[in-house]
Amino acid sequence: MKELMLGNKAVARGLYEAGCRFISSYPGTPSTEITEEAALYDEIYCEWAPNEKVALEAAHGASLGGARAACAMKHVGLNVAADPLFSISYQGLNAGLVICVADDPGMHSSQNEQDSRHYAKAAKVPMLEPSDSAEAVAFAKEAFEISERFCTPVFLKMCTRVAHSQSVVEPGTRTEVPLVPYVKDPTKVMMTANSRNAHVRVEKRTKELTAWAETCGLNRVEMGGTGIGVICDSTSYQYAREVFGDGASYLKIGLVYPLPEKLFLDFAAAVDRVIVLEELDPVLEEHCRMLGIPVEGKALFPICGEFSQNLVRSCLGLPVPPSVSIDDPIPPRPPVMCAGCPHRGMFYTLKKHDCMVYGDIGCYTLGALAPLNSMDLNVCMGASCSGLHGFNKAIGPEAERRSVGVIGDSTFIHSGITGIIDIAYNMTNSTVIILDNSITGMTGHQQNPTTGKNLRGDPAGKVDLEALCRAVGFARVRVVDPYDLAAVDEAVTEELAAEEPSVIISRRPCVMIKGTVHKPPLTVDADKCVGCRSCMKIGCPAISVQDKKARIDATQCIGCGVCTQMCRFGALAE
Amino acid sequence: MRGDDRMACTNIMIVGVGGQGTLLASKMLGRVLLDQGFDVKVSEVHGMSQRGGSVVTYVRFGDRVCSPVIDRGEADVILSFEQLEAARWLEYLKPGGKIITNLQKIEPMPVITGAAVYPDALVDKMRAAGADVEAGDYLSMAVEAGSAKAVNMVLMGKLSALFPEIPEADWLAALEAVVPARFLGMNRAAFAAGRRS
Repeated sequence: MKELMLGNKAVARGLYEAGCRFISSYPGTPSTEITEEAALYDEIYCEWAPNEKVALEAAHGASLGGARAACAMKHVGLNVAADPLFSISYQGLNAGLVICVADDPGMHSSQNEQDSRHYAKAAKVPMLEPSDSAEAVAFAKEAFEISERFCTPVFLKMCTRVAHSQSVVEPGTRTEVPLVPYVKDPTKVMMTANSRNAHVRVEKRTKELTAWAETCGLNRVEMGGTGIGVICDSTSYQYAREVFGDGASYLKIGLVYPLPEKLFLDFAAAVDRVIVLEELDPVLEEHCRMLGIPVEGKALFPICGEFSQNLVRSCLGLPVPPSVSIDDPIPPRPPVMCAGCPHRGMFYTLKKHDCMVYGDIGCYTLGALAPLNSMDLNVCMGASCSGLHGFNKAIGPEAERRSVGVIGDSTFIHSGITGIIDIAYNMTNSTVIILDNSITGMTGHQQNPTTGKNLRGDPAGKVDLEALCRAVGFARVRVVDPYDLAAVDEAVTEELAAEEPSVIISRRPCVMIKGTVHKPPLTVDADKCVGCRSCMKIGCPAISVQDKKARIDATQCIGCGVCTQMCRFGALAE
Repeated sequence: MRGDDRMACTNIMIVGVGGQGTLLASKMLGRVLLDQGFDVKVSEVHGMSQRGGSVVTYVRFGDRVCSPVIDRGEADVILSFEQLEAARWLEYLKPGGKIITNLQKIEPMPVITGAAVYPDALVDKMRAAGADVEAGDYLSMAVEAGSAKAVNMVLMGKLSALFPEIPEADWLAALEAVVPARFLGMNRAAFAAGRRS
């Protein structure tokens, strides 16, 4: 029966139907639902790994053990998984291995806009790219076939608009694939001679895949009007179809690496003008240029940002539809820390101390926004610890007394541990604040190794953060409740002044976790409120000032009480 | 109602503030439209914007839907959970297109901090610009039905009235498919209130 299915759910469906037995992933928008949806099938063991490198290594291990296996990550996660990726490409596998990676053109929820297709070329790993949910199911299944036929991991590349769009799918049935027996093979140890042979194998494999790409059916020619021929992949195909309909011809690329040659040349010869439509970098365009095909690509269309049908129209000088507008400027509505968010008290305190705050990746990046404005920068998962260490080494004690790194619990496990070891081992008096809200918040509340629960919510191993920090060399490790502003202030003051490295664990569960007990909303005593706006300094979306009096939105307030500590007049109360 | 663009798609945008229940509304709408035999695409953005930010879902249906998104000047209907969000996405409306907006105002952080002003008389201004605007206090209707959270079903009720060719039973079947059983009564009441208002 036909079903409207989210792209990521469709990937999970395809993995399921292909007989996948093992998935290890790290959450990251827009890839997270692949693993969450796959976990709903009893036949697939699914887990959240500490990071993407571990996830890929675990999935490869499962493949060596003979099970069809997969992992899923966002584009920047692939950077973390790049080390095993390049070697697994040489190493090969036993049962099929599929690496799902989701790019985020337009950066809806990401810190950069990198194009994962480059990894396919760099690691010499074939990459499939669906353009809707039905293709996501079909390509996920095809990816396992290619993986086993050519003995290579295979990428399944998504982007935000495919991952987070629902389109029509006709689900099929699961094919059970028995475990492939493990056989010891001395050539699998990647030492010089074996590695040299493996590289030769990889080059031969790529040649075979290139020949196969000519006729494999993943790349499709749709002939219509021959005035314009569009070479495109992913959602760009959908935008092109939207604009030209049957008025143009299409070479729709589903296997973006390795790319065929004759198919491109034949298509180009059959049309008058060749346009390459692809988001982000000119990967297909460069292939055309290498083949000597005169094409128009990035000369017309931008490298930055997402495409849409109007973008295609306007870049080609075609008319865009008229629309409706008013003159008033519309104030932006940026995302905000939720009312009652435990991070708020810490960021307010850091602002008061005028610290250099080296941030990290998670909900708490919102601490950079007004009115808290208490984050100087962030780079990537874990950089708050190692980056802070380098910053403090460069400047010395003056910086050590005025700077902190802030990192969430899940991000700390992902990549912060090695950073704090750098601090302890190479000795800076750095202060790292672990914002432990007992969940992976930004991606929608996934469990992690600090929560004591696994992906399915069942009891699991639990990392003891205090013991871990002490074990790597931190004598000063303290825990504070971020709702207690006085305690937070005392902790920050003392640890910044300390002549040794320290970790402050700011611990309170995310208020959005199901089952978290909320207190009744606070009320404002209008007689006591003088309209001083002190309570506004914490940037709580539940508080506003109307007619010079504070007002609390009872639908948002969860009674955390941080604002009551801001009020000198006792106007905010339970 | 059906759109008249070349691909014969009808385009509906559901806009609001993260946390208002727009995703559930689009899930229900997608299901109804699929049951009518249409090709359907629903596009939404997850992640950071859900934390109280501006959110939009694109719903497109017809014989064949290609692009998953709706662009400026293409929307037949904008279903808005909040006034300012209706105005934010106004440019996406076709001239003469329909806006159904909740009159609720939720101040964004730049307005709360005083860095920006919430524009006044938005409904009048959108009408003057050529939009067919229907505005109401759908939040109160939801509260009357049992919970402020059911505002999404009041709005779905309003939207359903624009498509007389789709039987009410199909809307209710979709509602039952997406709403947890223990909240069904309240959500049915909210839907009915919206549909008949």
